[in-house]
Amino acid sequence: MSTVPVEHAPEPPADVAVATVHRGPWAFVRATGAAGMASALVIVVATFVAVVGPVLAPEDPSFAQLSYSYVGPIGGHPLGFDGQGRDVLSRLLVGARTSMLGPMAVVIICVGVGTLLAVSAAWRRGAYDAVVSSGLDILFAFPGILLAILAATVFGAGLVAASLALAVAYTPYVARVLRGAALRERSQQYVAALEVQGASAFSICVRHLIPNMLPLIVAQATILFGYAMVDLAAISFLGLGVQPPRPDWGVMVSENQSGVVQGYPLAALAAGVCIVVVVVAFNILGERLYEQAQAERR
Amino acid sequence: MADVALARARPPAGDGEPVLEAEGLRKEFGDVVAVDGVDLRVPPAGALAIVGESGSGKTTVAKMIVGLERPTAGTIRACGRDRSTPARTTAERRRRGREVQIVFQDPYTSLDPRQTVERTLEEVLRLHGDLDAEARRARVHELGDLVGLDARQIRALPRSLSGGQRQRVAIARALAARPRVLILDESVAALDVSIQAQVLNLLADIRDETGISYVLISHDLAVVRQLTEETLVMWRGTVVERGPTGQVLDDPRHDYTRRLRASVPRPGWKPRRTAIAEEEATGG
Amino acid sequence: MRQVRTAPVGGARPSTAGALLELEDLVVELPVEGEDRRVLSDISLRIRAGEAVGLVGESGSGKSMTARAIDRLLPDGARVGGSIRFDGRDVMAMSGADLRRFRGEVAMIFQDPRAHTNPVRRIGDFMTEALRTNARVPGRDAEQRAIELLGAVGIPDGRRRLAQYPHELSGGLLQRVMIAAALLTQPRLLLADEPTTAVDVTTQAEVMAILDELRRELGLAMLFITHDLELAAAVCDRTIVMYAGQVVEVRSSALLHTDPLHPYTAALAAARPDIASTADRLRAIPGRPLSAFEAPPDECAFAPRCPHVRDVCREARPPLIDLDGGSSRCVRAEELRGTLGVTGG
Repeated sequence: MSTVPVEHAPEPPADVAVATVHRGPWAFVRATGAAGMASALVIVVATFVAVVGPVLAPEDPSFAQLSYSYVGPIGGHPLGFDGQGRDVLSRLLVGARTSMLGPMAVVIICVGVGTLLAVSAAWRRGAYDAVVSSGLDILFAFPGILLAILAATVFGAGLVAASLALAVAYTPYVARVLRGAALRERSQQYVAALEVQGASAFSICVRHLIPNMLPLIVAQATILFGYAMVDLAAISFLGLGVQPPRPDWGVMVSENQSGVVQGYPLAALAAGVCIVVVVVAFNILGERLYEQAQAERR
Repeated sequence: MADVALARARPPAGDGEPVLEAEGLRKEFGDVVAVDGVDLRVPPAGALAIVGESGSGKTTVAKMIVGLERPTAGTIRACGRDRSTPARTTAERRRRGREVQIVFQDPYTSLDPRQTVERTLEEVLRLHGDLDAEARRARVHELGDLVGLDARQIRALPRSLSGGQRQRVAIARALAARPRVLILDESVAALDVSIQAQVLNLLADIRDETGISYVLISHDLAVVRQLTEETLVMWRGTVVERGPTGQVLDDPRHDYTRRLRASVPRPGWKPRRTAIAEEEATGG
Repeated sequence: MRQVRTAPVGGARPSTAGALLELEDLVVELPVEGEDRRVLSDISLRIRAGEAVGLVGESGSGKSMTARAIDRLLPDGARVGGSIRFDGRDVMAMSGADLRRFRGEVAMIFQDPRAHTNPVRRIGDFMTEALRTNARVPGRDAEQRAIELLGAVGIPDGRRRLAQYPHELSGGLLQRVMIAAALLTQPRLLLADEPTTAVDVTTQAEVMAILDELRRELGLAMLFITHDLELAAAVCDRTIVMYAGQVVEVRSSALLHTDPLHPYTAALAAARPDIASTADRLRAIPGRPLSAFEAPPDECAFAPRCPHVRDVCREARPPLIDLDGGSSRCVRAEELRGTLGVTGG
């Protein structure tokens, strides 16, 4: 009796089903393993804070006492004060909202537009697909940050302009990945069967194509959320995103740079850690979901 | 079983107005002519086989009939109505769906993996129908009975069904709106022999019960013999031979049909190199 | 490591003399969703040098898995019991140079040639690779032999073909290239896994003709795996019928249709439509084919679908018994002998 050494492993027989997608969202996340679930937990906490942050904040995040500038943790202020003497913890809790809201807007726009373009291109094929694909190729040439700077000079600095610019920059990535998936789904015979029945293109896309692409769409959205958060923080750091004194993690890193130089990095660091933790969580979960979505597709 | 066989009343081919007819069907893909000058007629409750190998154009003919490809030239009429050009309205598209339906080859991609059998059938009924929820449910079970799926299988997702069961679902879906013509595009080719026999018997029963007509697209001559009365042999986009199925198979006239017939394994058969010169001359 | 139960096969143990390949009580289990599922139960078979043996079965019967087990191509984590001997050597104990030599002596041809060729490598590189790397044949000589073999499989302009890529060849042509490639290492046994399922009927006839001719010329043994009983019977000396991971019948191909020994073989032959006549009704087998792990361990796996089933069939899994020069895994085989043929069933 022995376990045979394997030089080349062929795929398992066809009757071995390994589906997980169709068992609801929780099973879907659970299948991503411990790291995936831990990431999901971080995201849930971050989202919760984004919603109720202002209620949780022990102090007014804008209440400045210059005499407390860069004062370390003291009673009631576990993370100390920033350069203008504002409570860091309160600013983190309140700043979670804009820090999460920006990436969310980016993701909603680019995934929405990307899905629309991908599905319509895969459905119509031919000339329409060619136009969409080459349009996306042109957009690929523009880095997100560059577009954001451009948008800020045209529309003025702020979260809206920055988010829109990033959404435009990310859309080609989403659309390209989803177009491949949409084309594969489009070629399934059940789609042809529905066409022959006389079902409309819209209902086939909305009721069949997109739901079957959903695992991949969710995975893409999750990964992009992380990217968007980093990019938006960078834009805010450059002063082109969220405008002070509004609390935002990216702004906080920017505002408290001088503290790092002065030997008091805690204020900038605390915001930086928040960004890193949330971004890493989104990336890990997104990658896991993506792998899972790929494996699903036989 | 013998009763069923005796009760079978297949009208001889050519009887009555054809439910499906095509004339001068032609399809070009760029510079390639995939189908050229194909004529066909299918009488009510008749069964026509289109035989040929990959690249013969037989599947393209099927796709043109159901409207998945648009003919470059020629006309297609089903139930007396023209369908050579794409449907202009939703109502027209759905009406065509009630005239001609199709069952594809691959039982694994022909069902939406997220939909139970019940919902798959429901969706189609809702699309065509004036049926209320109660009547739809009844019809779903009626269709299940017709193709031999039990209540548990009707509630199941495709992945828990075998290939043969999935193909039954695809047949039930095609029959849901009571079409007059069913195109069977290699619909039994991917099934195990023992299951293939079940499905072929089922198709014969359905024809007896409903008077539906079949167009069987196939490369399998034995299946063609079992299910059809008329055969049309396609080779490189054109029809090279046509006639009653028995006659075409027993006494093939065209060179290609003979070669095809001689290539089918049967007891006492020995494989021979017949097609090499052919392929070398043109293909590869 | 757990021991896989291997039930002894009843009846007279065949003599091992002259067997090129011998499988004895082969059991294979694969891990599926955390449990080990049996895919092959007690497979025993022998192939003599130069003999062509058909291995016929429906999906889940284990026919492809048997070939993979022989060529040591089982998926990760597979558990194997019983023995596989090639020319007297224990295949499962082989490693390194021995295994490479064995792979040279046993060539495999697959159903889908396109899936087993690298689309960005030329036919020539693909064909001569094994010769150049394993047998250390100089590139020029390897190429010359490849061209000769391409000629033998009916491809006269071999030199031009060697410079082509797989996508430039039709399916039938590529399968002939695969056959030529398989023969390059001068194997003694050919494992052909549904080599013609993906090609057209006329191409199938021609591929089979080539395979048959070359096999006879070179004195090659072949295990020919197919779902097509008639095709197997036409090109093989003996045919083995598998069901639910078990061998249910071994029979001389000439007698397979007229005088099968197991009800499953008879039912399979009867279920196929006949090209020469239209049946009122096909004799379909009720139910569906079972996989090995679905088959109840203590009764005949075919019992639920068998028209000849009796209580005795459900009392124990029948052994493979020798009968009339063949073997049958049916307890009623002797009783039913002579009645199962296509005309008598």
